[in-house]
Amino acid sequence: MSDTTMDRLTSRMPKLLRRADPAVVTAFACIILLLFLGSLYSSSFLSPAYLLQQLKVASFLGVIATGMMLVILLGHIDLSVPWTVAVGAMMGCAAAAYGPVGVALAVPFGIVCGMMIGLVNGIGVAYLRIPAMIVTLATNAVAQGLMVVYTGGFSPQDSAPDSMRYLATGFTIPGIPNAVIIWAVIGAIMVFLLTRTSFGRSVYGIGNRERAAYLSGIDTRRIVMTAFVIAGGLSAFGGVLLAGYASKASQSMGDEYLLPAIAAVVLGGTSILGGRGSYLGTVAGVILITLLQSILSVMQMPEAGRQIIYGVVIVVMLLLYGRTPANR
Amino acid sequence: MTEWRYWLAEQRGTLLSLGIFIVMFIIYTSNHPAGLTANVVQTASNKGVLLAFVAMAQTLVVLTAGIDLSVGMIFVLTNCLASWLVVGTGIETAVGVVAVLGTGALCGALNGAIVIFGRLQPIVTTIATGAIYFGLALLLRPFPGGSVNEHLADALTGKLFGVVPASLVVLLAVVLLVWVPFSRSVLGRAAYASGSSEIAAYMSGMPLLRAKFAAYTLAGTLAAMGGLFLTFFTYTGEAALASGNAYTLFSIAAVVLGGVSLYGGRGSAIGAIFGALAFRTIGDLLFVFDFDPLWQPLFQGVVLLLAVSLGAFGLFRVRNRLDWFQ
Amino acid sequence: MNEAAPLLRMEGISKRYGGVRALEGADLTVSAGRIHAILGENGAGKSTLIKIMAGVVAPDEGRMAMDGRAVSFASPAAANEAGIVCVFQELSLIPDLSVADNIVISNPPMRFGMIDRRAQRRIAEEALARAGASDIHPHALVKDLPLSRRQMVEIAKALARKPRILILDEATSALTAADVSKIFDVLKRLRSEGLALLYISHRMNEIEELADECTVFRNGSNVATYEAGTKSDNEVVEMMIGREYSHVFPPRSSLPKSDAAPVLECRNLSWTDRLDKISLSVRAGEVVGLGGLDGQGQRELLLAFFGVLRGLRGEVLINGKSVSISSPAGAKQDDIGMALIPEDRKTEGLMLPMTVRENLSFSTLDRVTKGGVIDRTAEQRLIDDMVRLLAIKTAGLDIPVGALSGGNQQKVVIAKWLMRQPRVILLNDPTRGIDVGTKQEIYQLLRKLADAGAAIVFYSTDYDELIGCCDRVLVLYDGAIKRELVGEEITERALIASALNIEGEGAAIAGEARP
Repeated sequence: MSDTTMDRLTSRMPKLLRRADPAVVTAFACIILLLFLGSLYSSSFLSPAYLLQQLKVASFLGVIATGMMLVILLGHIDLSVPWTVAVGAMMGCAAAAYGPVGVALAVPFGIVCGMMIGLVNGIGVAYLRIPAMIVTLATNAVAQGLMVVYTGGFSPQDSAPDSMRYLATGFTIPGIPNAVIIWAVIGAIMVFLLTRTSFGRSVYGIGNRERAAYLSGIDTRRIVMTAFVIAGGLSAFGGVLLAGYASKASQSMGDEYLLPAIAAVVLGGTSILGGRGSYLGTVAGVILITLLQSILSVMQMPEAGRQIIYGVVIVVMLLLYGRTPANR
Repeated sequence: MTEWRYWLAEQRGTLLSLGIFIVMFIIYTSNHPAGLTANVVQTASNKGVLLAFVAMAQTLVVLTAGIDLSVGMIFVLTNCLASWLVVGTGIETAVGVVAVLGTGALCGALNGAIVIFGRLQPIVTTIATGAIYFGLALLLRPFPGGSVNEHLADALTGKLFGVVPASLVVLLAVVLLVWVPFSRSVLGRAAYASGSSEIAAYMSGMPLLRAKFAAYTLAGTLAAMGGLFLTFFTYTGEAALASGNAYTLFSIAAVVLGGVSLYGGRGSAIGAIFGALAFRTIGDLLFVFDFDPLWQPLFQGVVLLLAVSLGAFGLFRVRNRLDWFQ
Repeated sequence: MNEAAPLLRMEGISKRYGGVRALEGADLTVSAGRIHAILGENGAGKSTLIKIMAGVVAPDEGRMAMDGRAVSFASPAAANEAGIVCVFQELSLIPDLSVADNIVISNPPMRFGMIDRRAQRRIAEEALARAGASDIHPHALVKDLPLSRRQMVEIAKALARKPRILILDEATSALTAADVSKIFDVLKRLRSEGLALLYISHRMNEIEELADECTVFRNGSNVATYEAGTKSDNEVVEMMIGREYSHVFPPRSSLPKSDAAPVLECRNLSWTDRLDKISLSVRAGEVVGLGGLDGQGQRELLLAFFGVLRGLRGEVLINGKSVSISSPAGAKQDDIGMALIPEDRKTEGLMLPMTVRENLSFSTLDRVTKGGVIDRTAEQRLIDDMVRLLAIKTAGLDIPVGALSGGNQQKVVIAKWLMRQPRVILLNDPTRGIDVGTKQEIYQLLRKLADAGAAIVFYSTDYDELIGCCDRVLVLYDGAIKRELVGEEITERALIASALNIEGEGAAIAGEARP
């Protein structure tokens, strides 16, 4: 009974409001709150230049979080982000050492390397059915090992070629950094993928109930593997952009992206158990995390405080949204 | 005869890891330039014991079908704390040790409380709390430093009677005083049961929530034990992110090598200890064979990846494909 | 006939699940030193009664008294405390613990705050010996034991709790004949020791051998209690039938000519120990029912057709051509054209939080996409057709399917497969837990689909439906087809008799109806 009255009530509300996830609304409210608090602290906080700079910084995390979201929607997780980011960056830079062909292929080569890591993850999770957390931790370790050997043994080029710098810091459209455009394009593709394609439907279906998706005649293993490959590629692409932004690739550059990527996805209302979440939420989560980082650094909060605040914010938000149902 | 067989079956994982460790250790010492001397054993055991404690901690949580990705950070945090507190007179030192272990227990209890009563996923919870613990560690030691009661440190990392590494004796004591009683208590059995079949355990009226909480709390304490030893070993505290992450990762590798099932319910902390010692020795093998130390992380990663893939072989026994989607 | 006051008396017990009545004023009296058998068809209320007795569920109404004192059990532990112990059909053992660990699980012997392993082993050995299973080593891991041995451990575990009333719910269904006779000796000894035993089984020969008295359940209440051996099988079946007919079924159409080639056929289909050389064929336009008591391999048979089971032996043919189907994705391809309406719509049929639209088109995505992109107009057209055809009542297509009523949810599950216009439709108990109105609609629909040329395999735990809907019914017992009933032969009496595998009587009954 109460269900039907609820439906009647909600059907009267405007469509947009009705479909809005409370988590997404909260995330956006938090963004506004942070902007407000920031503006109290410093008047330049609301200036277009500062906001655009934040958006540019956010776009690196945004690209990485996009892949993470895809995997989390399936009910899995990708803990190989740190070294996949590093691999993307380092391989891209290394490829650029091989003449003009190398420079031309630098960006795609970095991404392909990330997709290879994703492929191993995907095979492990989908076909061998090893818990995603374990496989991805292991591939992260292997990727790290490979990079240590490679940089130590071959001392490859680590400065980013112009193409990577242009992607990360250049301007194609005046006023809007390329990184932001890239994030927007990737975001648009992801929204299209999630809402308009059978792949997207399958992802949500598997995340909700893999058993039902399998019995509906979906090749669930192929979908899961594909998602991990895409996630690996996006992490590596994030690394490519970061290398372009910093002008060089370094080994530990991915370390500080794992937790924020998971946090951004989860704070944006995507269920950690999979099957529920919108890309809009992830966008909100990414911006929220970036602003939080920015404010903490403007306030000259030491790294220690930042880590603690991150952890607390994630746990608290999860306790509000991400709990598994009681009484299994 | 049959008695033997059942005992063997029960201890298979542990014995296998013991076997791997012995083989690896023989290869290691026989190729070591100094050979099998008390000093070589002492150094090896001091390094191995650190990981052994963290692996024991991981075992407790994994047995309940959970995972603790914050063990490495508890290890680092307690290391930093110990570098402040475990100093001074005998009594001050003793209070410091208790405080460090208590902090570890508290960290574990927080994980347990969030996972069990907050009903959050262990992975995300412990990643997030791991960040908190690391933040606290940074707060305590923004730069490496501090000191420790050197008498205690030397005693516990030295040799007893000039032969037996003291750290191994401490490890043995912890096994006998913590692991054995726990595994033979009702709570311990409930922890195993909750990992093996939560529904059956519930139907049998076992104290599941208390058992899981105890497992997480004890895990925090054991990780603190590791942190304490790191301090004894290095005389300083350091909030090293890489070391925290590495210990978390290695603890999972050790647990897998030690025959503990990642799906919960099966295995023993003793197996995980041998897994830890074996993993350490495998890592050090490269040195005695004069490999470039650069290869070590890759080698360890590949060992880990192979170890976790072994668990997948049970898959081929599944007859009803719906069993894939539990 | 009772020497002492009854050990347990249950009076006027009623229990409802939602709108479904499971028990209505049921009575039962259990005496010490007797074996009491409970009989009844699927859904007659047997298992609910036992769950109430064992403290698993609480009754809505009614009284329970032990030794003349009123009791009520808040939990299984409380029932155990009072001496009522149940050996459940669903195994409750913990696979990674040893036999001894499992036997003492709820109350292990303690010494110095630790579990006393020596005492535990002694208790386990005693209990295993009492259960007649001293061949099982107390240190063996439960998961390494075959199913029949696990069941023996389960019984030993119950005995270690020192019960006064021991309930065995289909406890022999997984056992080999040798084990069954061992168990019988044990049960008889326990009876002589003064235990009260409650025995639920669908094997009539077991009941004949074992029981002192029997109680028959029908429609949620006890209809008769009699001393064992005073009624013939025929009379027992008579008491079990007589359900209220509440459904109206569509008329059967004339059977297709029997020389028409079958659409779905299988030969000697076997899988582990659950399916035993099953051969059947279904022609276009035919509704073939699967009968028998619950859990005789009907579900496995449907899953086997649909490509879910591995290690299948035997042959499956579609339109006379041998096929090998290794996944649902393969089963739904056009050259096979199979659909399965699964058992549990909440976990197998639907993604509850997703919208009605998304659920409806989920199985048909390959047909409405171009290059992976969903053609929304094509999708909408198909969905509209289905919503109309099945009269799905929903506030909109974009609300979560979980918000619909059970009946409408089930319609969505059926509709999502009908969109593909399957040639072979497998239904796994599709009317469980839905309202009468929707049931009627589903019956009409099945007939309509058959008339349109589909081959339908229909498993139902409700005999009524099998009688009303099916052209033929195959009755399964222990994973094998025991009897085929055609047309007018499909009567409740024949279904129950063959489900209970009463050889002589069942054949006679079926024979009577044969033209």
